[in-house]
Amino acid sequence: MNILNATFHLISSGDDTLWSIVALSLRISLSATLIAALFAIPIGTALAMGRFSGRKLIIMFSSSLMALPPVVVGLAIYLLLSRSGPLGDYGLLFTPTAMIIAQSVLIFPIILALTTEAVSPLEQNYRRLLKSVNASKWFRLRILIIDARFSIFTAILAGFGRAIAEVGAVIIVGGNIAGSTRVMTTTIALETSKGNLELALALGIILIFLAIMVNSIMHIFKSMGQKYHRESR
Amino acid sequence: MKFIFLLILFFANSVKAEKQEIILSSTTSTQNSGLYDYILPMFTQDTGILVKVVAVGTGQAIRIARNGDADALLVHHRPSEDLFMKENFGTYRYDIMYNDFVLIGPKNTNATFKNLADFFIEAGKFGTFRFISRGDDSGTHKKEIELWNAFTYRNPSGEWYIEIGSGMGAALNMASATNSYTLSDRGTWLSFKNKGDLEIKWAGDLIMQNPYGLILVNPDVFPHIKSTQAKIFANWLISSKGQKAIGDFKVDGKQLFCPNADKTNTKSLLACPAN
Repeated sequence: MNILNATFHLISSGDDTLWSIVALSLRISLSATLIAALFAIPIGTALAMGRFSGRKLIIMFSSSLMALPPVVVGLAIYLLLSRSGPLGDYGLLFTPTAMIIAQSVLIFPIILALTTEAVSPLEQNYRRLLKSVNASKWFRLRILIIDARFSIFTAILAGFGRAIAEVGAVIIVGGNIAGSTRVMTTTIALETSKGNLELALALGIILIFLAIMVNSIMHIFKSMGQKYHRESR
Repeated sequence: MKFIFLLILFFANSVKAEKQEIILSSTTSTQNSGLYDYILPMFTQDTGILVKVVAVGTGQAIRIARNGDADALLVHHRPSEDLFMKENFGTYRYDIMYNDFVLIGPKNTNATFKNLADFFIEAGKFGTFRFISRGDDSGTHKKEIELWNAFTYRNPSGEWYIEIGSGMGAALNMASATNSYTLSDRGTWLSFKNKGDLEIKWAGDLIMQNPYGLILVNPDVFPHIKSTQAKIFANWLISSKGQKAIGDFKVDGKQLFCPNADKTNTKSLLACPAN
């Protein structure tokens, strides 16, 4: 009861700090999802199309990377972006950009592996047909992505889910700086460490609502697409 | 189109970085108490410089500064600070403030001890006794190890001694859930909201003093360090206004930190902070 009260109070108080934290969380995780998807979808599809040696190995390796602990990704990006690291001159550490990079790296293997998984059966169905019309590689890639788009969509959602829920990587590369790199998950970690357990849980509930909202918006788009898909046949 | 959007996104961040701001690598004990939320807005109002605080354990905070990722360092472990200075990573160290460490334990217990030495020597022999150790190379953890070694001449071990490798808050949450003992800085303890059946079991000995120092990172080692702004921050903190702000900061009517930049003004540890 206490927790529901705290949640309700938190939302109804219309606290500016809270909304800027929510906005930053969304901005970072959506950007990371977009960047990761932009690279992972074509590469994942190409992996499903390819018939070269070592392909299976690459697929296996990329799906193993789904198990990457966020802390390890955070640490690697930290060392890369640190002033003493190879990319230190850009001064990106402890900025939202660093957090976007870390989350992109973290969810790239997820979207990649799930895209390969989604495209593979479709590719087997289309293989002969596409070969018979002598379709170019680019054309085949495009057709496969377009026709597998609903499964790829699920891959993107999985990636976003991981990004928005993740705390280990962003707290290292972002530094959890108030008003600058503090997102929902790092706030929850901070409030827990201050012993504000109700507030932390209330923030968790808001995070879930946020995820539900993003997911439903994307699902609405998806079902609109599916409807269009059926009607156009 | 998407690439243009991404480019804008990236550059939007780097433009913002041109503002007057410094990064302060500091400890969770100062952050969690709310001290920075209280004093930093005053500093920013006076000088226009924004201070971005990265709060981690003292060990990690020093590591961040050694990598050149912070302009200033505010931590609480004198030997580590002196080493940092000796290795030429810092240009100057300022005494800023202090409070003390407190021994936290369950209210209802049949374990009794006459003094601090008694506690540390007899620890582990009280039956259901448990001690939660930070085990994370933080200032508090280093202090705790110092105390064990000062009283028992060895590092503690046994089933009753639990190293959790986490922050002060996590240690207090765990102590609260399992009615165990732990060592905390007074600031984090006073502002901690999940005390449960815990209370201060011992405090006030001189060996429990917890001084905080500010170190400016050496711009000769890292040319990008904003030494001018960091110096302004240091001067503000040791000024009468900054020192007064630190002393004025209270949680539930209790003072958490005692300013001590002014060497002529000597108060005894027991007088401040008043509990």
